[in-house]
Amino acid sequence: MNHWIIAPVVLPALMAAVIVLAMRHHQGLQRIFSLGACTALVAIAIGLFVESASGRIGVYELGNWPAPFGIVLVLDRLSALMVLITSVLAFIVVLYAIGSDWDARGHHFHALFQFQLMGICGAFLTGDAFNLFVFFEVLLIASYGLMIHGGGGRRFRAGLQYVLYNLLGSTLFLFALGTLYAVTGTLNMADLAVRVAELPANDTALLRVGAMLLLLVFAIKAALLPLHFWLPETYAEAPAPVAALFAIMTKVGAYAILRMYTLVFGPDAAVTGELTGPWFLIAALVTLGVGMIGVLGASKLGRLAAFSAIGSMGTLLIAISVFTPETTQAALYYMIHSTIAGAMMFLVVDLVRERRGAAADALVPAPAMAQHGLLAALFFGAAIASAGMPPLSGFIGKLLILDAVRVSEHVWLIWSVILATTLVAVLGFAQAGSKIFWKTTEPEAPATAEDTPAADDPAPTAAATMPRLPLVATGALLAASVLLSVFAGPVTGFLGETADQLYNSEIYVSGVLGAR
Amino acid sequence: MEFLVASAIGVLTAAGLYLVLRFRSFPVILGISMLSYAVNVFLFATGRLAVDLPPVLSDDATAYTDPLPQALVLTAIVISFGMTAVVVLLALGAYLSARTDAVDIGLDDQEADT
Repeated sequence: MNHWIIAPVVLPALMAAVIVLAMRHHQGLQRIFSLGACTALVAIAIGLFVESASGRIGVYELGNWPAPFGIVLVLDRLSALMVLITSVLAFIVVLYAIGSDWDARGHHFHALFQFQLMGICGAFLTGDAFNLFVFFEVLLIASYGLMIHGGGGRRFRAGLQYVLYNLLGSTLFLFALGTLYAVTGTLNMADLAVRVAELPANDTALLRVGAMLLLLVFAIKAALLPLHFWLPETYAEAPAPVAALFAIMTKVGAYAILRMYTLVFGPDAAVTGELTGPWFLIAALVTLGVGMIGVLGASKLGRLAAFSAIGSMGTLLIAISVFTPETTQAALYYMIHSTIAGAMMFLVVDLVRERRGAAADALVPAPAMAQHGLLAALFFGAAIASAGMPPLSGFIGKLLILDAVRVSEHVWLIWSVILATTLVAVLGFAQAGSKIFWKTTEPEAPATAEDTPAADDPAPTAAATMPRLPLVATGALLAASVLLSVFAGPVTGFLGETADQLYNSEIYVSGVLGAR
Repeated sequence: MEFLVASAIGVLTAAGLYLVLRFRSFPVILGISMLSYAVNVFLFATGRLAVDLPPVLSDDATAYTDPLPQALVLTAIVISFGMTAVVVLLALGAYLSARTDAVDIGLDDQEADT
């Protein structure tokens, strides 16, 4: 038994406890330990990733209880990939939080951050449906704390909405799990797959209800229309590093859909195979449309970033909803890309917000800010990545999706929606960018305007006082997007193997249940 | 007994949903609590309803009740208890800092803030 599989859960959990108990008054120590834990997490994730690349299913039996009686953690290619994305994103986000002093604007940022990582990694690794619920709750309760980090009336109200919405989602999750348990008598995912396949075809009404409820729950997490209402306000109001980390949270929903609907309710399961049907695709298409129209109509950069996150989830779910290995491969590539691009967008928005003073992130002309050109370039990069223009990874991701969905009978609908919304997104980003970065007003003229040495003085000093680390973190995300497009070949090769492993669910089942 | 349990779950769920749709923080929290009670009873019933039966192995038992849903309910109760505490504090914070307990953030609020 490989004990490293549980490390991505245990390490953040221990670290969070240590941070909150032993060093709650020492900001410096908190930063060091949080950053150290994130570095270690990246190393562990790389190790697990290399191990999973062999194609073997790693199983960790908690308390040495064999599946399906005990809870198991399962490491396959998909979960290793997701843990790796999470850890890399977390590392960059923690750098940003430290550099921009966001972590000092309230209490317990780093402890909550580690708890959140624990929940996310656990959700990706677990092989038990009820344990998935528990890890969902862990990541949610940490995210509630992170969401209102720094305080403020508006953030509190957005946070309250977010919490209430997710509590309803959790209730629904429990109803779904109860229904599934009542029908199959198990909650282990591999065992569920076996039992569902064995169920007589005329006795599946309850099972279908359960499967549908479960899909609704994951759709809430993945912000699928019309269950997306929690997202725009939450993401726009959350502190920037938190919003950037939340870029992986919607992917938890997408991951759970992929996992449950390939493994348990797979496309060739007789009773539930056609359950998602075309309406899931339609909902994803509408999600994409609404997201990109929201980008065009947003009055603030924060909301623009939030709607672009919805749009990217729409694109991702379109690719997922077709349920073939090729589309899943494309979806996984787009998932990596949209995590990076979404996080980058939120960080750039925060950089702009910090520098513009009173105008904040509203799309109104204001005086040129410090480091104007650099930020314009970063925004340009983030916008290109989010809209899916070459040369960044969004272009390749969308191209892969367009190519892969040719097997779908709705291919023309998908193509026209994706291409049209891309145009809308380009317009939206261009409009926002030009308002903020081109239409600058003259700065409030100082009384001694003829004094030329004083006139060019403020900008350099303002730039010099701005911390460098946030720029480095944002640049790292941009670099990640570039790397993702440069190494698109090897990456898609691996993702192809990942998708094949997903659709050969008997490998997973025998890996888990045969490990006795 | 089946009817009693089923109707209790139904009534709790209906009342919970009605309260959630009130869009003011206190009724919404009450509604969510009711929903979580409903789901707890529902989970309990998923292992089939059985009276006076032992949940774990014993020598003289002829039949058993399913212990797993009871463990699940315990977990769900703990989680929903914690979540309710969090959401009450959050609602209080939102009320004290924004001076309103409306859950919805309307258009006029957005303009007032920008």
